[in-house]
Amino acid sequence: MNPADIIRQVLQETFKPTHLDMIDESYKHAGHAGARDGGGHFIVSITAEAFTGLSRVQKHRLVNEATRHLFGEVIHALSIQAKGPNE
Amino acid sequence: MTDSVQSQIDSVIKGNDIVLFMKGTPQMPQCGFSQRVSAILAAHEVPYVSINILLDPAVREGIKIYSDWPTIPQLYVKQEFIGGCDIVSEMHENGELADVLKPFVKAA
Repeated sequence: MNPADIIRQVLQETFKPTHLDMIDESYKHAGHAGARDGGGHFIVSITAEAFTGLSRVQKHRLVNEATRHLFGEVIHALSIQAKGPNE
Repeated sequence: MTDSVQSQIDSVIKGNDIVLFMKGTPQMPQCGFSQRVSAILAAHEVPYVSINILLDPAVREGIKIYSDWPTIPQLYVKQEFIGGCDIVSEMHENGELADVLKPFVKAA
């Protein structure tokens, strides 16, 4: 499985989102100083009930928590847009 | 991870109104995300303390633990964790950041 699919699967199982988009931007950052520790750059756009009513920091924390084990090897940077279905 | 690093980080955050933990410096950022947040702060013309986490692996790991946040940059205003690049960018674009930073804008 490629890294984007690994992240997608984790988010899918954790949040059962009504909308989930993943963009792998790793190619844009290959070789820069901050990317040397391995993982790629991803942008995730996710809509799920779990995010309803949370602050931005809380939403990001939920996504970070779910993907914590992937930081380092799989993820170097994860750009997050998370919202509830009615937001 | 030593407690002294955590208390060092704590005292920087408590001792300064605006603190940005970043890769590199505002003059020479080492990552696009850090560059973006320091440019946003510059646009708001607020003084801030920047900590280059690349200089010390203990601080680099320590700030992630302190904030329970896995990525850099990280912005603190008045001891409150504001967020990383995504959140700061969004708040910059919708005007919320201007409200948060208003009390700290340099007198003309």
